Amino acid sequence: MAVKICVLAKQVIDPEMPMAAFRIDEGSKKVVPPPNIPPVVNGFDENAVEAALKIKDSQEATVTVISTGTEFALDVMKKPLSMGADELVLLQDDAFENTIDSFLTAQLLAAAVRKLDGFDLIICGRQASDWDNAQVPLGVAELLGMSCISLGKRVDVIDGKVRVERIIADGYEVVEAALPALVTVSNELGQPRYPTLRGIMAATRKKPTIWSAADLGLDAAQSASRITLRDLFVPVSDQECEIIEGEDPADSGRLLALKLREDKVI
Amino acid sequence: MADGTGVLILGDASGGELSSTTLELLAAGQKVAADLGEDLSVALLGDTLDAAAQSAIAHGAQKVYAVNHPLLADYQVDLHLTALEALCKDTAPRVVLVARTNEGRELAPRLAFRLGVGLAQDCLEVSVDTAEKQLLANRPVYGGNAIAVVSCDQTPQIAAIRPKAYEPAEADSSRQGEVISFPVELDASMALTQVVETVLEEAEGIKLEDAHIVISGGRGLGGPEPFAQLEELAKIMGGTVGASRAAVDSGWVPSSYQVGLTGKTITPDLYIMVAISGASQHMAGCSGAKVIVAINKDAEANIFKEARYGVVGDWETVLPALTAALRELTQS
Repeated sequence: MAVKICVLAKQVIDPEMPMAAFRIDEGSKKVVPPPNIPPVVNGFDENAVEAALKIKDSQEATVTVISTGTEFALDVMKKPLSMGADELVLLQDDAFENTIDSFLTAQLLAAAVRKLDGFDLIICGRQASDWDNAQVPLGVAELLGMSCISLGKRVDVIDGKVRVERIIADGYEVVEAALPALVTVSNELGQPRYPTLRGIMAATRKKPTIWSAADLGLDAAQSASRITLRDLFVPVSDQECEIIEGEDPADSGRLLALKLREDKVI
Repeated sequence: MADGTGVLILGDASGGELSSTTLELLAAGQKVAADLGEDLSVALLGDTLDAAAQSAIAHGAQKVYAVNHPLLADYQVDLHLTALEALCKDTAPRVVLVARTNEGRELAPRLAFRLGVGLAQDCLEVSVDTAEKQLLANRPVYGGNAIAVVSCDQTPQIAAIRPKAYEPAEADSSRQGEVISFPVELDASMALTQVVETVLEEAEGIKLEDAHIVISGGRGLGGPEPFAQLEELAKIMGGTVGASRAAVDSGWVPSSYQVGLTGKTITPDLYIMVAISGASQHMAGCSGAKVIVAINKDAEANIFKEARYGVVGDWETVLPALTAALRELTQS
């Protein structure tokens, strides 16, 4: 039996963009997407795709990627397909606005998982690089009543169980759960693979399934808000940096040591 | 749970005594409880809690809910969640504070979903809108590029507090409080996950979180070998070595070295950053450092906006000179 795997992925503003390009519209309390910098698949979600594909490398498996949002850059969101995922499902509706409220997002994703008749294994990135909420995956597990292992750095499916190396403060622990289960993964999983030319060609031909709120039988407006965003601002650093400059870099290094002693830092 | 009263802290007594993050929560909780004019309680889950319960009272708790059960002796998320959910439903707190440790990272969101309420995640500071009895939480978002102020719309209002965001509460043995035993019914079959092995890979020497001096290396080091030079400097200074995520992702050092948003939070007296650009995601783990020193060849690197002292130059030249000079200074 093929292992039916789902990856939950989010489209985010590129976190590697220059800090100077980061802007907030204070009126609407929103981050303004930087012009000319395309969005990306959330980095930890690419780790999740990689975790799913690693399983698919060694046994029969299908990988479906689900994402929710108001507007998608299709070439960006097709990246998991070009890496080797089989299907892409986009939950797209103006009601699915990227909010700080994780409850609605988790409900949408859980509804889509149900509509797809469930999965043996759901793999998610530990958190998204925009709101850093780290709540949606755990919420999906709760809503679907699945066992849940967080912060994985290696994920294997063995004899109907998932085995995860889970990061702890001073190392890792090996945790097992019966399928179906949900696992979140972290960057320690390793670099996601690059899309192959063949993968890119295959992804070009694949059409994503697109579902609206109505398709999911959900009325987003009916979902009670759980979190209110009261303010959003860019913190101001008033740190003045004293640049230590000697005759050459080695001299600067020496002067730095003297300065640290002079100022009683050491 | 339409309404509730009091502040409930999820304490951690897994080592037999209260963890440092619990003492930090007690400091945050005392202020919130005082502003609300309500009681501060601590929930302790485990199998031997008496000493920790007394310590919680000395550190400012009016009430301690001791949830004693042999199955709670070791952390297992499903069992701990079941116990916490029962406790929250029974005691109906207005505010619940959890430390954003590796356990808190999963317990807090899952508890919020079970109770059908919102969670303010990874907060640096919590305050109270006293008129509305609302918790206001400041939390970094977009990797620390922005700060969001959020409040929770239902009760209990749950907030996960970033470790080291608060100074630990002070003990006062004259404080009085009440220890209430809270029985829970658990059986082993409720645990949906099982730990089959634990592998420790902590670096030798001083723990990163406890070190007064930390020297971290980043992408600009170009490989694992230069970390030996950082170790040498750390040894001279009595410090320990950390790393940026880029260095960990490249496999140069184990993940236990990682400082940052998704790594460790450190608050050393001195933090020397070598060849690290200082992206907000890294700064999120070290913004509590008293003095930051940056060595980077890129004068435009963000780190020079965050550091107290900086040297613009190639680490390969700067670091040996710094090390030699510090060796001389510490020997004299």
